[in-house]
Amino acid sequence: MNPPDQEVPIATILSAVNRVILGKEHEIRLALACLLARGHLLIEDLPGVGKTTLAHALAAVLGMRFARIQFTSDLLPADIIGVSVFDRERASFRFVPGPIFAHVVLADEINRATPKTQSALLEAMEEHQVTSEGETRPMPEPFFVIATQNPSHHIGAFPLPESQLDRFMMRIELGYPDRAAERALLESGGRRDQAVNIGACLAPGMLLTLQLRAAEVHVAPALLDYVQALVAATRDDPRFVHGLSPRAALALLAAARAWALIDGRALVLPEDVQAVFPGVARHRLRLAQKGIGAGADDIAELIQRVALP
Amino acid sequence: MAGADRPSPPLERGTVPWLLAAALASAAPHALHLPPWISALGAVLLLWRAWLWQQEKPLPPRWLLALPVLGAIVAISGEYRAFFGRDAGVAVLFLLMAAKPMEMQTRRDAIALVMLAYFLLLTLFFYAQTLLVGAWMVATATLLSAVLIRVHGGAQPARAIAALAARLSLQALPLALLLFVIFPRVSGPLWGLPQDAFTAGVGLSERMSPGSFSSLIQSGAIALRVRFAGEVPRQDERYFRGPVFENYDGRTWTMAPDAGAPPPRIELAAGSRRAIDYETTLEAHNQRWLLALDMPLVLPADAVLGESFAALAREPVRQRARFSFTSAPAFVANREESGRMLLRSLQLPGNVNPRARALASGWVAESGGQAPERIVERALALFREEPFAYTLQPPLLGRDAVDDFLFSSRRGFCEHYASAFVFLMRAAGIPARVVGGYQGGEINPVDGYLVLRQSDAHAWAEVWIRGRGWLRVDPTAAVAPSRIERGVAAALPVGDALPLALRIDAPWLRALRDRWEASNNAWNQWVLGYSPERQRSTFARLGLGEVDWRPLAIALSATAGMVLLALAAAAFLRQRPRDPAERAWQRFCRRLAAHGVIRAGWEGPLAFAERVARERPQLARLTRDAAGHYALLRYGKGTPEDLLQLRRCVRRANRMHWRSPMNEDEA
Repeated sequence: MNPPDQEVPIATILSAVNRVILGKEHEIRLALACLLARGHLLIEDLPGVGKTTLAHALAAVLGMRFARIQFTSDLLPADIIGVSVFDRERASFRFVPGPIFAHVVLADEINRATPKTQSALLEAMEEHQVTSEGETRPMPEPFFVIATQNPSHHIGAFPLPESQLDRFMMRIELGYPDRAAERALLESGGRRDQAVNIGACLAPGMLLTLQLRAAEVHVAPALLDYVQALVAATRDDPRFVHGLSPRAALALLAAARAWALIDGRALVLPEDVQAVFPGVARHRLRLAQKGIGAGADDIAELIQRVALP
Repeated sequence: MAGADRPSPPLERGTVPWLLAAALASAAPHALHLPPWISALGAVLLLWRAWLWQQEKPLPPRWLLALPVLGAIVAISGEYRAFFGRDAGVAVLFLLMAAKPMEMQTRRDAIALVMLAYFLLLTLFFYAQTLLVGAWMVATATLLSAVLIRVHGGAQPARAIAALAARLSLQALPLALLLFVIFPRVSGPLWGLPQDAFTAGVGLSERMSPGSFSSLIQSGAIALRVRFAGEVPRQDERYFRGPVFENYDGRTWTMAPDAGAPPPRIELAAGSRRAIDYETTLEAHNQRWLLALDMPLVLPADAVLGESFAALAREPVRQRARFSFTSAPAFVANREESGRMLLRSLQLPGNVNPRARALASGWVAESGGQAPERIVERALALFREEPFAYTLQPPLLGRDAVDDFLFSSRRGFCEHYASAFVFLMRAAGIPARVVGGYQGGEINPVDGYLVLRQSDAHAWAEVWIRGRGWLRVDPTAAVAPSRIERGVAAALPVGDALPLALRIDAPWLRALRDRWEASNNAWNQWVLGYSPERQRSTFARLGLGEVDWRPLAIALSATAGMVLLALAAAAFLRQRPRDPAERAWQRFCRRLAAHGVIRAGWEGPLAFAERVARERPQLARLTRDAAGHYALLRYGKGTPEDLLQLRRCVRRANRMHWRSPMNEDEA
């Protein structure tokens, strides 16, 4: 196996973020894989476990121009996309771009906004362009959205519909820190400042290179067989309302490639697929019986049921 | 795969209720016939297990369980005075079924329990083969499939499991039907069932003493079903002949042994051309009489006509059986009768019933001994005109039973009237006898069968008159004509206690009962009645000609064998991978399995290698090597060199395997 020469920046990125968010190596790795696979990322957990900090740290470490939008229930689509204002001097309308025209958009607490506002953001995510007042404007490249949301049973939340959840390549949960990490946090104070002040680890253009490398990681027919078997298992499983869509299967493969790249391998193994599978699948699978999203146990059990072809 | 030396995975907690349900469903019906203490012990064991499950407590050690089970087995062999045999065997199976959940630890135990449940379920057929039992079996077999699905398939919503199990059962249905039709039927049971398999049912007996009919009449059990080819005969023609009682000791009527008389002769009455074709389905009654409609002209092949016109089977009827007859409702029976038979029909016990004798002698003197018909008429007029009453609760009679009945109590039931009438006839010198059987019956509107129940049991009389042969005389008809025309329920006075079966007067309840009995009858006719003969005729109708069961059995097992072989071959071929790298890797993993590290089907090569490194550090390097080469070959751009290396790893694992499983630190 010939390790790619980009191992150093990836390791640096990881260790930089790990210094900010303590004890969440696996989740940080997943988040990075999602970004390297050109996917949008949704971070869901209780308030106060470090969602926004992680998003900040990721954006900062990648050295990208980023914008943060705090979603509230009175946020309007124009607040995201921008508006045309009348320019007296030129006697014409001038488009003032909204915060969405950035490389990394941090959409904080996305499920506090109304569906109309959510869909403005989600259209940009899917189409990589926004349409305002009849004019279509492309988004900058690279462009991705890191959204955070509270669990939907919290008061004042508009849960994202399934079709919009599908736009996110991955959804990760942070969970409480373990004892040691929490102790370190208590000793050194909050992390928000560190996240903002973290230095960029990537040279300009480097992210695009890494994304290209991720897309080139070798995938063998046997691995495609495995991805298909996994996806088929979600479709055959009576516990879920729907199985994974072809778009989800594509996302799964792309994420597995990025995971392999982070691991320093030029080929994708079933282990890579299994590592990213919960992140890719959980928000897309809904339990038929309870009407809620699939639990981690359901996904682990599903993985263990599908033998490698 | 190295399945044999793979330890069975532990049982999931969630499967326990399913398995307990399986144990309960297969064992519970046996409580109907087992001694109560065995049923109670089984219930205690199952409840205990359920409690342990609910409390999440560990199972008791095996020796603790072995003691009561061994004790109970000893007690069972004491209870039945045998260890081998149907009842003791089933009791032991029942006990094992109840005890097995107490040692359920692994999935293998669960499978064993399900297999035991299948077997125990099947033994239900030793005791009953009714529609209800059949339905219970189908339901429980479906439950067992559901249990297997749950045990193998992991946690799923119960409804999904039930739906899949039901679908599997439905898919099995065509095969079951096919096997039902073509599975070889052998005449007689395949293995000798012990005598206790034929416990006596209710029915007419070989003797008639006061009270024997009135107890029979309390039962709504079906004695006989009849399907007429043409029109159903009138109710007052429907006399089905059972035992004929000719010997009387003053209290009890019994059947006489064969007198060696010439074979009886039955002819159609002059002017009558009516012969009735019908088929009867007789419930097992452990007697030889076949209850043909009076008087049978044509008998089934294996039946004979007794001296007193009863159609008799060669052996007691021990299973429900079907017979076809032709009978003449208007008949002349033995215009000539042998002296021995006549003598037998005149004998009376000495010194009893003097008043009845005197009455009969008076009639003889009156008529001058010329016209026996007039004496018969006088006797019937006596019943009709004197205040005789028809009741199911007659008073007890003394030593001179007939005198008591005729002159003081005057309350009785068909057996009293028939008995008194025959006594009077014999005393008047007219050959007479009592005939037992069933009379009347009811048409089930659902399937058109005439149903005769035990409550239709009846006794009537027969007299022989020179030149006319044996004539049926029913004295009960003289007292209570409605008994003969409409049935017992109509004949009884208001306020007389009626047996439950006769009390049904709510139309919907009656309709429900009719429907239930019709479906039972269909089950009997089509499922239980599918005999070797029926199978042969089915084959003939299918154009297969005469097929003996032996070639059929051979063909069937050959087909089954070939199907199984094909399935096994398909499974084997599917399991054997075509990719040489995959084959080598699987061989390598089998070798490791012999060392106790088993690769799960879903485990990728590197993850597996890491686990091996944790669990068997001495194997770490070898496994990492093999996994690395395999990963390159299978998922990357491996070279032939990688394949060589992988095969080298396999060889090293092989050598290690043969040398010693413990000395593997070659890496």
